Amino acid sequence: MASTATASAPHRVAAPNAETGLWSWITTVDHKRIGIMYGVTAFLFFLMGGVEALIIRAQLAVPENRLIEADTYNQLFSMHALTMIFLALMPLTAALFNYVVPLQIGARDVAFPRLNALSYWIFLFGGLFLNASWFLKAAPNSGWFAYAPITTKAFGPGLNMDFYVLGLQVVGLSSIVASLNFIITIINLRAPGMRLMRMPIFTWMTLVTSVLIVTAMAVFTIAITELLFDRFFGTNFFNTVSAGADPLLWQHLFWMFGHPEVYILIIPILGIVSEVIPTFSRKPLFGYNVMVFSGVLIGWLGWGVWSHHMFAVGLGPIADSFFSLSTMLIAIPTGIKIFNYLGTMWGGSIRYTTAMNFAVAFIVMFTIGGISGVMHAVAPSDLQQTDTYFVVAHIHYVFFGGTVLGLWSGLYYWYPKVFGRLLDEKLGAVHFWGTLIGMNLTFFPMHFLGMFGMARRTWTYSRDLGFNEMNLLATAGAFLIAASTLVFAINLFTAWKRGELAGDNPWGAATLEWSMASPPPVYNFAALPQVHSRMPLWEGDPTKSAGIPHGRVEESTDQITLGGTKVGELHEATETNKMSAHDLGIHLPPPSFWPIVLAFGISLLFGSMIFRQVEGAWHNLWYLSFAGLATVVVSIYAFAFEPGHSH
Amino acid sequence: MTSSTREIVHDQHAHPSTRFYWIIGALLMVLTVLEIFGYLGETRAVYTAGIAAVIILALSAAKFVAVVAYYMHLKPDHKLFTAIFVFPALLGTLVIVGMTMLFHVIPSTYTGHP
Amino acid sequence: MDHAHALGGHAADPAHIDTATGLDSRKLAFWTFIGSECLLFGSLIATYMAYKGKSLNGPYPHDEMINGHLVKGILNIPLTSFSTFILLMSSVAMVMALNGVQRGKRRDAILYLGATALFGSVFLGCQVYEFTHFYHEGLTLRSNLFGSTFFVLTGFHGAHVTVGVIYMITLLVLAVRGKLGPEKTLNVEIAGLYWHFVDVIWIVIFPLVYLIK
Repeated sequence: MASTATASAPHRVAAPNAETGLWSWITTVDHKRIGIMYGVTAFLFFLMGGVEALIIRAQLAVPENRLIEADTYNQLFSMHALTMIFLALMPLTAALFNYVVPLQIGARDVAFPRLNALSYWIFLFGGLFLNASWFLKAAPNSGWFAYAPITTKAFGPGLNMDFYVLGLQVVGLSSIVASLNFIITIINLRAPGMRLMRMPIFTWMTLVTSVLIVTAMAVFTIAITELLFDRFFGTNFFNTVSAGADPLLWQHLFWMFGHPEVYILIIPILGIVSEVIPTFSRKPLFGYNVMVFSGVLIGWLGWGVWSHHMFAVGLGPIADSFFSLSTMLIAIPTGIKIFNYLGTMWGGSIRYTTAMNFAVAFIVMFTIGGISGVMHAVAPSDLQQTDTYFVVAHIHYVFFGGTVLGLWSGLYYWYPKVFGRLLDEKLGAVHFWGTLIGMNLTFFPMHFLGMFGMARRTWTYSRDLGFNEMNLLATAGAFLIAASTLVFAINLFTAWKRGELAGDNPWGAATLEWSMASPPPVYNFAALPQVHSRMPLWEGDPTKSAGIPHGRVEESTDQITLGGTKVGELHEATETNKMSAHDLGIHLPPPSFWPIVLAFGISLLFGSMIFRQVEGAWHNLWYLSFAGLATVVVSIYAFAFEPGHSH
Repeated sequence: MTSSTREIVHDQHAHPSTRFYWIIGALLMVLTVLEIFGYLGETRAVYTAGIAAVIILALSAAKFVAVVAYYMHLKPDHKLFTAIFVFPALLGTLVIVGMTMLFHVIPSTYTGHP
Repeated sequence: MDHAHALGGHAADPAHIDTATGLDSRKLAFWTFIGSECLLFGSLIATYMAYKGKSLNGPYPHDEMINGHLVKGILNIPLTSFSTFILLMSSVAMVMALNGVQRGKRRDAILYLGATALFGSVFLGCQVYEFTHFYHEGLTLRSNLFGSTFFVLTGFHGAHVTVGVIYMITLLVLAVRGKLGPEKTLNVEIAGLYWHFVDVIWIVIFPLVYLIK
């Protein structure tokens, strides 16, 4: 990637870039725009999942409530989980991967810009398809882990789980494609001198997450393919009634994916926090190497613990002991990370901005979630907790206290880079305290509810069980979270046009994405940077980097160049950043509409299958699947032979 | 900003003789014949099914390695390709072995049907 | 397939690959894709293994003694051995086709790409024959655990072979039109990776499904 800045005229005429208007967004292959689209879409899905949660909490606020029907309740808690996991949190991490990783490693885009656009459009269509089930009052209703055989045709004859298998097939494909892209980007598009052990931790954790997605999501794809065949073509994979199928097959396949999935949602956050805490402690990350290795180890161990979700099915002492031990092992690398965050803050000069507040809150809340996780690892104790609200409390401390708080930290941190303006800190404080108090009000009582015997997924409860007060408290907390999230949404929206101008590096951070204008020019780097250490922007600043090892600096600091100029001359480089790609002779891949066409074809192929399950005239619409297949074939050829992209 | 040190001549290892590929092809054929003999030995009750399984799996592993190493060029190629392939291949193998253990070997980890 | 270091405009020159590792992004991506496929097939094979020998009723894959009677197995080992050889032959043809493209021998490339596509089609023909035969013998997707796991596993593999044959025919057309010179070696190499991987999967499926009882 070195000599690109001075490369001679590209071999083909570059199509115009950086235009505005709807068409430019539809055809864009720019990782920054795709990142923004991911972020906006995922945030809207997050609000939708939040509304679903509020209805659930309203139903549970008082005993023997009849606000919604039991079947609607089933659909709500299933879709709440599916929306939050697959349509909100994973895509929000993908938004940050997309926007930040190429900037952090000194690249001009991801390795395969069109595939990147493809994965976004597949995600969007898949998410819309999954939610279309609401219009038929047939949203998935068997929980996000959809245990067979209750999901087979015999026990779930409606369209509900058909939407599940088809929709997740599409959404899963999107994650796999996106992750392939990130893996290659990180391996292959690093700027000169950006060795693996100089990469920012966020980039490292993106790599680990992507490897997990590429492997684990494949297992899930097969699990839902088998369920799809059972439901659509009458196979016997989960036919426990007459064919002798083992109900444990689904559970094994699902949790082989499901447990890595938990790490898919938390490892990116470990990356975000590893950027935020050093920046606001004005001190390099404590124990960089150990942070990298423990992240890799969490990912690897995450593959060997799936059956701890299945202690209650009676796997026997051998399997239970094995999976207990492997689960407890994970506490070690996770604990190391927590202590290293504390070590980073220790002795630093800390600024409590909203981003930092969320990062610190993450450490505490995630630790609580982690500790109740270790309680589940103990098989006999787990038998007490399985399928109670204790598990609900645990998962929300990990996913909300962990993933969501971490994501908000990341959004406050990188928003100024993306839009050039700072989010309002006063509104940020309201958002932060509201969210933190709200989540503890909501989820902490759930531990007790679980211990008192309240079953998860229960539609309502009798008034004399002693659940009343704590359920009301949890509901109040949920509405507090909702109000704070509304403040956040207002903040995001108003700061976009009216926020305080941020400048290149408002936080004084150390990594490469802060070396350019905010928002960055379309080509990111006018000249690709030469990287000499882990903290390129802190080199030569003894107060921040002295005395603490942060990567070998073989080269003398006089020679340090960044964006083609020496450190300290960054403002001149910024001037260059204002020039257009054409002036600089940088060839960017031209926009393409084939990603959206191909994504549409894939979604049509799977989506139309739903009509196969209905009677009457609508049934014939399933032949649209073949139109989808034809679209896929045509657009793959068009994709492969499109001019302006090498093939 | 020259990248001369970072260039790797892509084709330094390429072009093994066509004869070499034919030899590997012949080896694959022979191993397959042996696999079928392994199967026949079991059907003719020369040895037990367990021994047959070991023989057949060993032969198939040899074929697997031959194709991956020579036809897919992992042997002469950059080691990164090997790493990228071996990790998920190993995971896939562990999934197969793990499930076979859980459903056939470890007692009480599967639902027995009459 | 595209890649962003086309930004530098060096893609046509294989001796100068401007990436952090010096390796081509498309080839790395393809290996990663193959890694993902390993888990796809791994889970399918794992399902097959989990249900191996657990069908409540026939047809069974291998000969079984049921209540003192010998029930003949349905699998046709000679036919599948033949198609296994054919698939191995296609792999040899594939590697020779790559060799032809590398050396700029257009006639070799056309001959061997054609042979690969042909052998692949013969393999598919054998599979279609096998499936229809089984269907008439009473083994369907719905008949028992063996039917479900067998058809989905081998059918999934067959679908991969089908895509591979289309891939080969596409390359063949390019070669005939003179658009597959040595500068396109990498494209053929990636096609080869796909083809050999599909062959490798068969190398695993053949013993586990057909040969081991």
